[in-house]
Amino acid sequence: MIYLIFIYFCISFLGISHMALTRKNPVHGVLWLLLLFLHVAVVYLFLNAEFLGMVQVIVYAGAILVMFLFTIFFLDIKIMPKERRIAKLWEGRLVIGLSFLAVMVLVFSSISPTYKGKHTISYVESVGNTRIIGEILFNEYGLGVLLLGLILLVPMISVVILGRRKA
Amino acid sequence: MMDFLFIFIKTAVVLSIVLFHVAYTTYAERKIIGRAQARMGPMEVGPHGLLQPIADFIKIFFKEDIVPANAERFIFKIAPIIVLVFTLVNLSVIPFDRNFMLADLNIGLLFILAMASLSVYGIILAGWSSNSKYSFLGGIRSASQVLSYEIALGLALAGVVLQAGSLNLRDIVLSQHETVFGVYAIPQIIGFVVFVIAAFAETNRAPFDLPEAETELVAGYLTEYSAFRYALFFLGEYVAMYVMAFLCAICFLGGWTIPKFITEILPFLEKVPGIIWFAIKVYVFIFLYIWVRATLPRYRFDQLLLIGWKVLIPLGILNLLIIAFIKRLSL
Repeated sequence: MIYLIFIYFCISFLGISHMALTRKNPVHGVLWLLLLFLHVAVVYLFLNAEFLGMVQVIVYAGAILVMFLFTIFFLDIKIMPKERRIAKLWEGRLVIGLSFLAVMVLVFSSISPTYKGKHTISYVESVGNTRIIGEILFNEYGLGVLLLGLILLVPMISVVILGRRKA
Repeated sequence: MMDFLFIFIKTAVVLSIVLFHVAYTTYAERKIIGRAQARMGPMEVGPHGLLQPIADFIKIFFKEDIVPANAERFIFKIAPIIVLVFTLVNLSVIPFDRNFMLADLNIGLLFILAMASLSVYGIILAGWSSNSKYSFLGGIRSASQVLSYEIALGLALAGVVLQAGSLNLRDIVLSQHETVFGVYAIPQIIGFVVFVIAAFAETNRAPFDLPEAETELVAGYLTEYSAFRYALFFLGEYVAMYVMAFLCAICFLGGWTIPKFITEILPFLEKVPGIIWFAIKVYVFIFLYIWVRATLPRYRFDQLLLIGWKVLIPLGILNLLIIAFIKRLSL
């Protein structure tokens, strides 16, 4: 049963991504992307990572994709422009393919069936994964969180400055 | 199999009760606004107009369903369904009583926020697919409004989550019952006010009903909709009002419990079933919605965004900081 579900998600990820990339109308593309993000959220739920699933929906589907829609609406694109893109050149395809392959190899070679350390599966299940993510994020990687906040602050300030200058 | 049947019956009960309430909220709204304006409100259908919602339903069900010629037909048709579905799912995580909820989710509050952010799509797509300027502007306005106020709403709720130490709505009520006041509305009065204002904006209700401002935009994203699809949007809006009222009752007013200092003075009140307290709190909030609609004029759009970004969000952060200090000192 669980394998059937997994196969369904694998196939649907590929199919939906294909649909999202090949739509002529960019709004339709964004809607397929929304469907893809919802599927990713459901996969997180299947992995018992309910917090990640909900954050995926809130952040990606609820905020970032709406921004995409806004951008498309404001630029008023009816049909995707047809011009030579990097993905159409064979050198470009080679670079993209090889980099994906490298990532895949790195990921698959670092998978280990057993996990040694404090955060075992039974420990996570007993405490609840929301609490554990919070503890790890703010205790062990507190500096990283602060740095990310700073990085996100820079574009916010720059957008405000750009808007001010126009007015 | 029995479990499945049981869940099915529970869902049917919740849905039918909420939809019945939604139908009669429209009646209550017309009556209360009528009284506020020194009119009688609906009086013709049944005694005191009590059968008016049913008459409205029958009328709207048999009207012609018009799809504009240049609309994106498929998206135009599913947009109201998206709004209604993503609002109705929220009912599944609401604890109506100590042991009566459809799904005891560990992340109930996040689930509600996630679904709220998804139901925006219905409105944006309705505005876009109608292929009309008024609809489109209404959809865009609504999206920017809901996105801005969702942040304030989330910050107000973050204070509750921090104080309760859980995202589970049942645990939030239980830990609320243990505090001195029995409600989070008292230590978090700032958060409570921010939540109420953001809830009004989030459900596109007066005084923040900019997407449907008839003086500027005809009927906003609803302009091209008629008959049953219009009714679906309408239903979605009222269910969303109820979801916000439920959320307010659970997170700030103690849900199905009443504060301990009241039951110490009047011990017989503990015999009253929790669902009644819950219903009273929800009715008060719904009355507030209608009262505000009858009283306050509509804001301008720039004022709306100004309040959201420059007043409510800083206040929400302030509330979060205060609660964090209280929590830290009481440890």
